[in-house]
Amino acid sequence: MAFAAFGSSVKVEAKPTKSGKVVIALLAPGLAYLGAFFLTPLIALIMVSLEVPDPAGGYAEYVPGFEIANYGYVISEYFPHIMRSFSYALMATVLALVISYPLAYFIGVKARPWPLLQKLMLTLVIAPFFISFLLRTLAWKQIFSNESWIVTTLQQWGVLGETQYVVGSSFMVVFGLTYNFIPFMTLPLYTSLERLDLRYLEAGADLYASPAKVFRKVTLPLSMPGVISGTLLTFIPIAGDYINASGDFLGSPETAMMGNAIEANYLNINDYPSASALSVLLMGVILLLVTWYVKKSGTEDLL
Amino acid sequence: MAKEFVARGQDLELRNIRKEFPGFVAIEKLDLKVPAGEFFALLGPSGCGKTTTLRLVAGLESPTIGQIFIGNTDVTETKPHERPVNTVFQSYALFPHMTILENVAFGLRQRKVDDPLTKAKEALNMVQLAHLAERKPQQLSGGQQQRVALARALVNRPSLLLLDEPLGALDLKLRREMQTELKAIQMEVGLTFLHVTHDQEEAMDMADTVAVMNLGRIEQMGAPEELYDRPKTVFVSKFLGQSNLLVGEVGSSSANSISIDVAGNKISVPKHRAEKHDGKITIGFRPEKATFHTKKPSTNSNENLIGPGEIIDIRFTGVSNQYLIDVPSIGEITVFAQNMGQSPIFELGQQVWISWSVEHSFGLADLPTGDETE
Repeated sequence: MAFAAFGSSVKVEAKPTKSGKVVIALLAPGLAYLGAFFLTPLIALIMVSLEVPDPAGGYAEYVPGFEIANYGYVISEYFPHIMRSFSYALMATVLALVISYPLAYFIGVKARPWPLLQKLMLTLVIAPFFISFLLRTLAWKQIFSNESWIVTTLQQWGVLGETQYVVGSSFMVVFGLTYNFIPFMTLPLYTSLERLDLRYLEAGADLYASPAKVFRKVTLPLSMPGVISGTLLTFIPIAGDYINASGDFLGSPETAMMGNAIEANYLNINDYPSASALSVLLMGVILLLVTWYVKKSGTEDLL
Repeated sequence: MAKEFVARGQDLELRNIRKEFPGFVAIEKLDLKVPAGEFFALLGPSGCGKTTTLRLVAGLESPTIGQIFIGNTDVTETKPHERPVNTVFQSYALFPHMTILENVAFGLRQRKVDDPLTKAKEALNMVQLAHLAERKPQQLSGGQQQRVALARALVNRPSLLLLDEPLGALDLKLRREMQTELKAIQMEVGLTFLHVTHDQEEAMDMADTVAVMNLGRIEQMGAPEELYDRPKTVFVSKFLGQSNLLVGEVGSSSANSISIDVAGNKISVPKHRAEKHDGKITIGFRPEKATFHTKKPSTNSNENLIGPGEIIDIRFTGVSNQYLIDVPSIGEITVFAQNMGQSPIFELGQQVWISWSVEHSFGLADLPTGDETE
């Protein structure tokens, strides 16, 4: 057919027509900001991570060097923390996704005929942000405290041993992380589900797909942009979180994550190179994981 | 589960269907039977309930009361994915995350038909788009997407194919091409087609039977020629083509015809072409069946004559000229004259008489209310 041949015609890119000076002037503030507050600290961080103890100096004094072994040291010393960081982040992200998806689907799809209900439910998702998350996390600590009726009841039922408690356990930390980051999952999911064209779902049903199949083959793939941004927005900050896992909040030394190790090294034992090496490591692993994840889900063009 | 690729078209029957939505009734009462292998068109203005009817058949809505049968099986309670029905949606609804080939193979995969990709390719060949199999829907033009949607539905060889204004988004030339193609495909595969449209030319051109729907009910149903030649209601006479309507009390009647008096003119209609034989009735005629006279012609009992009137508008449409004539105390009458090149030239403001054969008149069951859809 004649009219079929024109589909792949050459794409004509619009050429920028503004003069170069204007472009530079518009870009300059952003570039300056990135240079001053992202690039400079990043380079400083990498340099500190390679520093060596000052041979002539005393405690917590370091001089510039090129000590790659700092990385080997933090990996062997803090291997459990690294594993915990990423496994907690993975668990909390998956939990947040499982909890958020039906919620976002309800708000974005099922509640479409009632805009007021949609707005109300969205407000309820965001409302906890009006209270400091430190307070909210401490509240959970209170609810699950060793003397709380929840814990004593669980002990009576034999779910928990006589001396077992909830606060300080991995469960509590993953619970807190999931709770604190759920809105970051729900909102992107909602935005993509809210735009979901239901006619595709009808077409799926018309083409012999059962409701479960329609979900797997049509709804889920079409909401992937929301799933990807939601998981990134939760996984990345959770991997670096140090509040929930800290002993002052929901965790204990047994649940310490990379963030807690960085905090301890920097603020308590003043081992700046190790703290920096851990930071660089955290950043590098997240970067690798995210790249792999985005490639694997085939959604590079969505980001 | 793997069904044979070749199936036959099946009968569709709607019995006593009523569909209410919160706040309004979409379908008042609908009884409809579409024989297997027929190309059936549901024609009506937007909001007449035709798309709702289609969605009821597809299973995307369920009727408030009534039953739906496909090939003698009651499918009223059956879920959409369990009905032997496929739809070509108005918006095409091609899955944007799949290639054209995967879109077409979707239904086959769900039914676990052997070798879905080969069959999908054959279907794409049929609509001459095999070379675009690996593209995504958004890279295709409207006409191409429409053909993919058709292939995606046809490849499943459904007992019944539903078409929801599938040509609405195409330009006129492409629409005519697709109409021909669609009709050819229907003849070739022998499936039952239920086509919903508001385009009367499309319905008349393609369908074996046309049902004209208005305000949630079927006004008239029949072969296109029959519907056009002998509309039974004001709505049908105005929606299917154009009509000039004259209203009057039945005065005299002979053995074969009845006559009304319209502003001193005697207008007759054969009895077998009239729905009502007494009281106030509407008599209509088609604009292309009438002719002009510059002088009052001698009257003849086989001809109806009105006039004189003044030509107040002339529109040139290519194949014909459309004249609008204002006849005092009757109103505006439309007449189409073929552009034969030799016909006398009429000018604006000219006084003319209009005549048409009594045999071409039709008597309607109702009276014009003035707000019919043109």
